Amino acid sequence: MHLVIQALILGSLTGGVYALMASGQTLIFGIMKVINLAQGAFVIVASYFTFSLFQMTGLDPFLLIVITTPIMFILGAATQWFLLRPLRPDDAAELSLLVTFAVALGLEGALSIVYKTTLRSIMPGYENHSWTIWGYQVNEVRFYAFLLSIAMLVILYVLLQKTKFGRSVRATVQNPMAAQLLGVNSKAVSAFGFGLGVSTTAAAGAVFGLITPFNPGSHYDLISRLLTIVVLGGMGAIGGSVIAALMMGVGAALVSALASPIWADFTFFIVLLLVLLLRPRGLFGAKVRGAL
Amino acid sequence: MSKAGIIRAVAFFGILGLLPLGVKPQWVINLLIFTLMYATLASSWNLIGGYAGYPSLGHAAFFGFGAYFIGIIFENNVGNGYNPFLILPLVGLCAGLISIPIGYIAMKTRKDVFAIVTITLLFMVQTLAYNLRAVTGGAQGKGVAVPPFAPATFGRPFYYVMLILLLTAMGISFYFRRSKIGLSLAAVRADEDKAHGVGIQVTAVKIIAFAISVGIAAMVGGVWGYYEGFIYPQFAVDPLITIGMVLMTFLGGRATLWGPVLGAFILVPAQQYFSYEFGATQFYLLAYAAIFLIIMLVLPRGILPTLTDRIRLKAKIAAEAAK
Repeated sequence: MHLVIQALILGSLTGGVYALMASGQTLIFGIMKVINLAQGAFVIVASYFTFSLFQMTGLDPFLLIVITTPIMFILGAATQWFLLRPLRPDDAAELSLLVTFAVALGLEGALSIVYKTTLRSIMPGYENHSWTIWGYQVNEVRFYAFLLSIAMLVILYVLLQKTKFGRSVRATVQNPMAAQLLGVNSKAVSAFGFGLGVSTTAAAGAVFGLITPFNPGSHYDLISRLLTIVVLGGMGAIGGSVIAALMMGVGAALVSALASPIWADFTFFIVLLLVLLLRPRGLFGAKVRGAL
Repeated sequence: MSKAGIIRAVAFFGILGLLPLGVKPQWVINLLIFTLMYATLASSWNLIGGYAGYPSLGHAAFFGFGAYFIGIIFENNVGNGYNPFLILPLVGLCAGLISIPIGYIAMKTRKDVFAIVTITLLFMVQTLAYNLRAVTGGAQGKGVAVPPFAPATFGRPFYYVMLILLLTAMGISFYFRRSKIGLSLAAVRADEDKAHGVGIQVTAVKIIAFAISVGIAAMVGGVWGYYEGFIYPQFAVDPLITIGMVLMTFLGGRATLWGPVLGAFILVPAQQYFSYEFGATQFYLLAYAAIFLIIMLVLPRGILPTLTDRIRLKAKIAAEAAK
């Protein structure tokens, strides 16, 4: 029982981090119907940025997010503007997924030239501290990361629900053509939305670098997890992806604790197949024709 | 088949069939084996990714499955050296059967989801290859017995088996273009809902195409594992193999008979040349990604369809001028 509760704690904290990565991916899917296979690679890029900035300045990794977020935003928006926007409309659906895959490999290649393939960790000195509450270990970094994820998700929510930009994004999600007719600049919204979705990887990357050693190939571990979460939550549903991330975080932690960490990845694949078989639109996905 | 088509095929396979008898250097044969390997992989990927328009990112999982299949059976003894080749149809059959339930679930909804499931499958199989140490040898790799072929012509049997696999893949590809199944797939690619509406068995044709496609990929993987003699998880189940076959198909022209082969004959020698000249494998990834992005942005339909269109257009202009 102790083991199970400990796994629950660890799993929900990890799930919070996944929620941050997945919410960005879901946002991108919602706006452009593009599955961003490079989301994991962007997380790793952000981890390296945080790593380098931390080594140069010695500032706390959590503070560095203020610097890395705009950088990741620009990277994301540039990806959309230069690589996805020019695709011809009749090819776009088929090619955009492959473009993001190529971007992921390109980022991995660039990182392995600059940083080589040795495993790195961001070590501000408190990365292994944890509190003991009633005999349960609560890792400090993961706890802060969890709080950070919630804060970022709240910001994202406010941005989407309460601002003019958010309204144009939501309009584009619902009906791009109608949104454009009503004066929404859907090209700009797409680039902005992609940038916004990628910018969530800044915080996620900092945290990922704190809790796990990483190298340029680490994004492969993230791709399948993020995709499973996005499908489970319902593609395009940001709230759904947060809940799905927590569920998968807990699920993987339970499997790791009770069986073996090897089977944690397997769990993701089985869940993915089961969701597609039993409830293809995911837990909270809208039943829209042409969507899932 | 048109007369020109027959001549083209006979010339292509005739030259490739005679080549090892005239060309002696090992490195040329080695290069040709890898070129044929990718030509076959790209042709098989084209069956589902090109004709049906369902972009599989998980073919490397089946490639690795084939490699381990051969590696596990023939760990210690290969007899006269030809036994692993005789097992290949069984490897393909097993891979095809495994792919049916996966394909059924993955192709139920939409093309993006198919890509998601197949790429997840790829990484899961890679994790399994690392962790089922008792069967795969884990990160230490798995050795395959060395066949008793004469050193001077060691590569020759592998070469000819790859050539036969390419002939098979292209034969199926050619059959697809002319038969009901190929037309059904073209309809699926153009508009799946309408195809379903006019009574095409969309699920069945998609699953058949996927199963045949990954079956061939698994057989190629089997030959590759045997030829390499040592199977490591990171090379057997490698995203680069997946992206390689996708890239070559796109470069040459997807949903064409010769496009994937053309793509492989351009890219594999180029890749070998660059790795010889520059060494560092990190540049591989970057170069692959860059070429891929350029193709998709500049030449999204690939070389062959673009060329045929040009030629047709020129002929039309000439005909107009003649009037």
